[in-house]
Amino acid sequence: MTLDIMLGSAGNPFGEKLQHKTEFRGETTYTITANDLRDIAKFCRDNLSFDYLLDITSIDNFGEEPRFEIVYHLYSMPHGLHLRLKSKLSEEAGALDTVSDIWPTADWHEREIYDMMGIKFNGHPDLRRILMWDGYPFFPLRKDFPLAGLPSDMPDVAFTKVTPLEGGPFVTVPSTAGSKDREPRARPREL
Amino acid sequence: MVETHAAAYDSKIEGNVIFTRFDAALNWVRKNSLWPMPMGLACCAIELMATAASRFDISRFGAEVMRFSPRQCDVMIVAGTVTYKMALAVKRIYEQMPEPKWVIAMGACASTGGMYRSYAVLQGIDQLLPVDVYISGCPPRPEALLAGLMKLQEKISGQRSLRDQAPQLAEKLEEMLA
Repeated sequence: MTLDIMLGSAGNPFGEKLQHKTEFRGETTYTITANDLRDIAKFCRDNLSFDYLLDITSIDNFGEEPRFEIVYHLYSMPHGLHLRLKSKLSEEAGALDTVSDIWPTADWHEREIYDMMGIKFNGHPDLRRILMWDGYPFFPLRKDFPLAGLPSDMPDVAFTKVTPLEGGPFVTVPSTAGSKDREPRARPREL
Repeated sequence: MVETHAAAYDSKIEGNVIFTRFDAALNWVRKNSLWPMPMGLACCAIELMATAASRFDISRFGAEVMRFSPRQCDVMIVAGTVTYKMALAVKRIYEQMPEPKWVIAMGACASTGGMYRSYAVLQGIDQLLPVDVYISGCPPRPEALLAGLMKLQEKISGQRSLRDQAPQLAEKLEEMLA
């Protein structure tokens, strides 16, 4: 069974909202708006049997508007099908609805996105940081966060310092060259 | 006929008495019974476990008693990547260890941060703790850890333990012997 047949037989009520469709190597991606997210997620789980949420990721398109993009990877156990949903999110909005009540696994995925990107999820049962500690003031996977980090200090909990990056053996050089030429060990030793 | 007795001689214990410095005896005891605090934070801990297992057998050097309570440890083996989130916990465990205590930084990450030049990783545990021995490698082989342990034993056997760690007792002994 293909995704098109499934969408056809289920009497897709989101025909217009699911219109930005792209196909790449047999994988289907729909772009949706953040307002439709919960309705479409419920429909995908209940009517299209996408019972498994593989992953939620977030992308920071720094300098573009809207800035963030959230990607939901769905999988249908009964039919062996993948579906990808993408939703744009502006920095001012900064939040979108949780799907953790639709797929419980979304709980920690959304916490990770909050921790790394600073995107909030309305209705999440326990929106705390998951990798960094509570009180860490930055969101490290944002594009405007430097790779070397920023200094911070929470007495008796944790601290961070700026990491020296220059001259390190494991730091690639920013350029448009291929990874083979950017890789540090390919560089001649500086004398 | 006058009988003579050698005050410090007894044929029963002849050959069983060794004269040495107090420091040398104390250091010999310490260095051959180093109880490690296994601070296994990443893949180096696997090599640490291999070092403790039968093939490499760290007990040949008297360091097989891995203690999971810092109160009973002599040497902390920091094996792995120290993240900032873990750093103060490592320091706290070190502070709970009784004196005298030593630290081995095992592997590239514990020594310098290794390949993790990132916002999340402490660039070497020596920023928080006084490290005695650094071991290179990513991860180091068990032989390297054993070599590091022997290096630490060498260091311990050269310490002026009594004078540095119990100066009042040393003075008292000197007075009594003078």
